Amino acid sequence: MFKIESIIFIIIAGLGIGLFIWQIRKIRKNILMGRDTDLVDNPSERINKTLLVAFGQQKMFKRMLPAVLHLFVYVGFLVINIEVIEILIDGVFGTHRAFGFLGGLYSALMFINEILAALVIVACVMFLWRRNVTKVPRLASGVEMRAWPKMDANTILVIEIVLMLALFTFNIAGLKLVQLEGGEVAGSYPISQMFVNIFGSNPESLHVIERAGWWFHIIGILAFMNYLPSSKHFHIIMAFPNVYYSKLLPKGKFTTNPAITHEIKAMLDPSYQPPAPETDADGNPIVQRFGAKDVEDLTWKQLMDAYTCTECGRCTSVCPANITGKLLSPRKIIMDTRDRVEEKGESPVIFDPAKYGKDAGTERVKTTEEERTLLRGYITPEELWACTTCNACTESCPVNIDQVSTIMDLRRYLVLEESAAPASLNAMFTNIENNGAPWAFSPSDRFNWAEELYVPK
Amino acid sequence: MAEMAANGEEPEILFWVGCAGAFDDRYKRVTRAFVQILEHVGIKYAVLGTEESCTGDPAKRAGNEFLFQMQALTNIEVLNGYNIKKIVTACPHCFNTLKNEYPDLGGNYEVIHHSTYLQQLINEGKVRVAKGESFQGRRITFHDSCYLGRANDIYEAPRDVLAALDADLVEMKRSRANGLCCGAGGAQMFKEPEPGKKDVNIERTEEALAVLGTGDSVIATACPFCMVMMTDGVKNKEQEEKVKVFDIAELIAQAEGLSR
Repeated sequence: MFKIESIIFIIIAGLGIGLFIWQIRKIRKNILMGRDTDLVDNPSERINKTLLVAFGQQKMFKRMLPAVLHLFVYVGFLVINIEVIEILIDGVFGTHRAFGFLGGLYSALMFINEILAALVIVACVMFLWRRNVTKVPRLASGVEMRAWPKMDANTILVIEIVLMLALFTFNIAGLKLVQLEGGEVAGSYPISQMFVNIFGSNPESLHVIERAGWWFHIIGILAFMNYLPSSKHFHIIMAFPNVYYSKLLPKGKFTTNPAITHEIKAMLDPSYQPPAPETDADGNPIVQRFGAKDVEDLTWKQLMDAYTCTECGRCTSVCPANITGKLLSPRKIIMDTRDRVEEKGESPVIFDPAKYGKDAGTERVKTTEEERTLLRGYITPEELWACTTCNACTESCPVNIDQVSTIMDLRRYLVLEESAAPASLNAMFTNIENNGAPWAFSPSDRFNWAEELYVPK
Repeated sequence: MAEMAANGEEPEILFWVGCAGAFDDRYKRVTRAFVQILEHVGIKYAVLGTEESCTGDPAKRAGNEFLFQMQALTNIEVLNGYNIKKIVTACPHCFNTLKNEYPDLGGNYEVIHHSTYLQQLINEGKVRVAKGESFQGRRITFHDSCYLGRANDIYEAPRDVLAALDADLVEMKRSRANGLCCGAGGAQMFKEPEPGKKDVNIERTEEALAVLGTGDSVIATACPFCMVMMTDGVKNKEQEEKVKVFDIAELIAQAEGLSR
């Protein structure tokens, strides 16, 4: 019942989708290396946020030009995917334009598709221009923008252009064929109509071109899909869950560690009974570090952040520390987290960034083997101490990554487990402990201001 | 507060002075201005005096969760002991910590920043911004505090307060949600900046000076750390004759004819 072409198609599509699922499982496993955190409250607010920020691209529009260009590619991706479903059906059942029966609706869909495909090409060319010719600083510079991230971005843009060209190839050839046969055209193709004669009018070669374009397009999509897990382009999937699980609390509210609360309460009141520590599957108590030294000390949401980052650099471009020349770059914190997760957990299937390009084998931070953790192996204390916790980065992130929480957890490890705060901060701690103020003033002088004040009665 | 409690009275609001408000010579003037406003409107308020202690904010932002919780639990004991329900503070860092982080540790209060409180007083007509110094036409720019703005989404209250002055309010290039930090948050106030090519407060001051023009003008702040950083920035640029840094409470007190 199936033609040989259909069987080949099913095998290729099956392999492509299977490989993709296998890769997704690796990433899922990596993300679940993180500590558990409860983020299931307020589903309605979360859905709203997802609709606005992820589907609605709300935060992209802080910068108009890239927002509009990105919107072309994003809407193009969503709508053209409808055609991909048709391609899958055509491929499996050997049909031709299976959705053609939709009539006017199909025409409208194909019409929009062609316009969007053209806009995707325009947008991708402009993105390439911005990256490689005008060299927009946030895209072109920064220590974390090594060979691989730059190559990755260009690869994505070129693949997208090529995929769109393949789409036009089979649309043009198919359109010409139908016109030659004098049949009725299923759908409406404004762009292809403009170029309808470029492949000549030999039906046989047109047929070959049409088929070649079709196969190239679908195989290209399957290959691109399998490239995603190795790439920053994975954000097209992760943006949605990441926004859904993003922080709903005020940005100024940092997490409270209940283990510390129990410890203090037990210290202040010897009769206080702290709850029994949580145990793992074997009944052994789970001992957690204070703060984060390595990726498994972060929550799964913080690791999900790393897989969602599209390396756009908006966070870094608004970071007061980075603007004034300090080492800190919030984007680097997130990219480092992803690299470290993949070093420690499952590594990507297609490419391992660590092995790519002129930076291959060069470590960003020279460390000994046992110091090769996220903290120190990737992120230095100097970067962490430059943060003002101003939340400009989290505000600017179009996919609600929380850079500050990761920076804070790494700082906490430095202070709570290593007592490795800068000396001036240790002095501040001592002042608070002894005087109840960060400066060296006596607590008995705290009310002196009132004596200096003439209060009319 | 102890006095009031001894007399069996309860204040309408507790004014949380904060360490800067109690110890920093410059910021004591802000405390004074705000207390003058409180006296002026005749509200029954109290302060903790020597019973107040650091909220723990700088310790928490520096990563010392242990010290933060020690401070928080001690303060909560004092506040709950007096049955405090409503707290007003002029410091966004105290405000953020008391409002957002104390509830996890058993401290539940209605916490209001003085910008919101002043906005309410003006809206209710209790402060009419008359009889005092006129700011009409003076160029003023408001510098957003991160812990008031992005951290707690309070952008309009301080601007509404300033609008009552009938001054020439101008916005810096980066303002509200896009505002640039003064450089003091996250416990940076208490340490030297990390090596870089410039200090954050200089970057921010340059931005303020760019919109303030050549006449006498004011950078308005609503945070003790921002005040220090912006004042230092203005001094660094040798503009202190022309550009003054004031807290919004001081401006209101001056306009109301309260400050001496």
